[in-house]
Amino acid sequence: MKNSVLLGAMTVAGLAAGAAAAGTLDDVKARGTLNCGVTTGLVGFAAPDANGVWEGFDVGVCRAVAAAVLGDPNAVEFVPTTGQTRFTALASGEIDFLARNTTWTFSRDVDLKFEFTGVNYYDGQGFMVPRDLGVSSAKDLDGATVCIQTGTTTELNLADFFRSNNISYEPVPIETNAEAQQQYLAGACDVYTTDASGLAATRATFEAPGDHVLLPEIISKEPLGPLVRHGDNEWADVTRWTLNALITAEELGVTSANIAELSAGTDNPEINRLLGTEGELGAMLGLEADWAKNAIMAGGNYGELFEKNIGENTPIGLARGLNAMWTEGGLIYSPPFR
Amino acid sequence: MTTLTDPPKASFRLSQLIYDTRYRSITIQVIAMILVVLGLYWLVNNTIQNLSALGKDFNFGFLTQPAGYDINQRLVEYTSQSTHMRAAIVGILNTLLVAFLGCVLATVIGVFVGVLRLSKNWVVSRLMAVYVEGFRNVPLLLWIIAIFAIMTESMPQPRDFKVGGDASMLLGDSVAVTNRGVYVPGIVFENGFLGSPLMNWLLIGVVLIACVFAIRLVRGRADAVQESTGVRPTTWYQQLALLIVPTGVLLFLMGAHLQIPYIKGFNFTDGIHLRNSLIALWIALSLYTGAFIAEIVRSGILAISKGQSEAAAALGLRPSRTMNLVILPQAMRVIIPPLISQYLNLTKNSSLAIAVGYMDVRATLGGITINQTGRELEGILLMAAFYLVLSLTISGVMNVYNNRTQLQER
Repeated sequence: MKNSVLLGAMTVAGLAAGAAAAGTLDDVKARGTLNCGVTTGLVGFAAPDANGVWEGFDVGVCRAVAAAVLGDPNAVEFVPTTGQTRFTALASGEIDFLARNTTWTFSRDVDLKFEFTGVNYYDGQGFMVPRDLGVSSAKDLDGATVCIQTGTTTELNLADFFRSNNISYEPVPIETNAEAQQQYLAGACDVYTTDASGLAATRATFEAPGDHVLLPEIISKEPLGPLVRHGDNEWADVTRWTLNALITAEELGVTSANIAELSAGTDNPEINRLLGTEGELGAMLGLEADWAKNAIMAGGNYGELFEKNIGENTPIGLARGLNAMWTEGGLIYSPPFR
Repeated sequence: MTTLTDPPKASFRLSQLIYDTRYRSITIQVIAMILVVLGLYWLVNNTIQNLSALGKDFNFGFLTQPAGYDINQRLVEYTSQSTHMRAAIVGILNTLLVAFLGCVLATVIGVFVGVLRLSKNWVVSRLMAVYVEGFRNVPLLLWIIAIFAIMTESMPQPRDFKVGGDASMLLGDSVAVTNRGVYVPGIVFENGFLGSPLMNWLLIGVVLIACVFAIRLVRGRADAVQESTGVRPTTWYQQLALLIVPTGVLLFLMGAHLQIPYIKGFNFTDGIHLRNSLIALWIALSLYTGAFIAEIVRSGILAISKGQSEAAAALGLRPSRTMNLVILPQAMRVIIPPLISQYLNLTKNSSLAIAVGYMDVRATLGGITINQTGRELEGILLMAAFYLVLSLTISGVMNVYNNRTQLQER
């Protein structure tokens, strides 16, 4: 009896003890793999392909970080998380890095004690309905049944949107995108709402994508980005500047095709600093000199990742829009490598 | 010559703590106690350290913040502007609802199947055996998901009920079975005495219970009259009147009437909406636990010696009366203790609601609230406390009942 009490207590303590505070960078190096939290499956952003290899836009960010830290883009352990489990997984130390279409909000950054290390996709919440429902605006959705992933910002936006427009709805809480897709296609809900990019990605996997329309309303700002635990600034820096390296690479025209050539040395000092042939940027982060080169070679620069996974030539077919380079009228902008 | 020997001095040596049986058990207990306290200290200290490492504190202030999310099934008033506390209460009530419905249905199924499994009819007893083994040996989660999938995938959508659609309502156009749940007629009060419908229902419940007590009083008097005179007065009309009149008058005064669901816009309105998540969870919990209860009932009946039923038969009691008056009352003594743990199982298993999105306390307090506020430790502790209190209450109530049905040994 006494023994079982003690063992039980120790089990609980073990669960509570997960969070190791300092030195995620050292932990990752010592372990030799990066534990990266992703979705349970959202084609284009993070989903396993036919061979079980994870691929997608968020996966690309994970691989870039792994390449920058460990020199190997495949040294990643992907941990599928749901909207509800992702933050606990990160806070408890089960994952080092969360790249899961997560919206950067005040309370998540400040109250939940996380550190967002950039924005890799500027999004907004949209609605998808079957075309034959004949709905043309989200304001016509009075009384509709809405499928919604729980534990997300979309859940809160949805409540606000319907309340401020003084219309009613019936929420159907679901855990994962796959579940939502099944419920939506079975007609158990009239509407599926999540980030517009997620809707486009989900619709692309339908048998008849043309039978479903995205409503014109975008009801929120959803800056999606990767995040790490609060308080480990070295690790936050590594992930922040890895994402910035991908963005800067696009800006400077460094692609996976020409990177080998450029890393021999160029006339542009910023490219040289980025690729480690000039200056000590890598050492300042506690990484090898060619960290950014490895990160870019993992899956290409930001633009390449975008085009390959979710761009207009993929079934998902998202335009760059807000996610174009700042030089082309978008919001994607990196501080200088100096 | 006399030698004076002192009685041996009661000297205490440290080794006695281990080798002397008088002290050994105390030593072991003290050591065990110290270890437990140390373990607890380590546990609490570890938690505090990790919380501060994460920069988090420990407080329940989040419960008074607005929740911000909506809940589909609410037994009490709730909007997205209500507090997390309120959301937790909505979840708790939903848990209680499905646990109560589940316990009732599981008991009915269990008793029925348990009795039938002992039937002399080969087909019936085999069928019941198949049911018991089938449900007992497949994980509950699979049954919940299977029933949910059947409901969502094979039932018509609400819009198929519209004019020109190919689905129609059942029972004189009053019940609609859709892939979003079952819509049944509901009773509404035109002019309820109390604010919310829930309070009105409570009022009716109180009146009904009072009526039942009154009926028992009437019966008791009839028994007394029969004892003294040998003639039992006719009381069935008094009993019937007591059962119907007060409740009927109350319902009439409240302006109660049936409200038939009808399709409007995207969904049915009016009536009561039994969501798929509730139905799947309820049915699966009942069928699964019912299989266990059936075995408990069967074992209880088999525990009654054969002489009892033979004696009843010799007295000329029909088999059904034998079962109801002789066997089951005695079997109850064997049945109730394991039945308690089945009720507890069912209640705790209701947290599998997560699989079908039923908004129980795990989904509101232990799910969305934790996720939106980042208060994992507080939320999980509150939830554990709730399940603990609920389980202890159920076993407490059942133990009282058990003590009353137990064999009185003197």
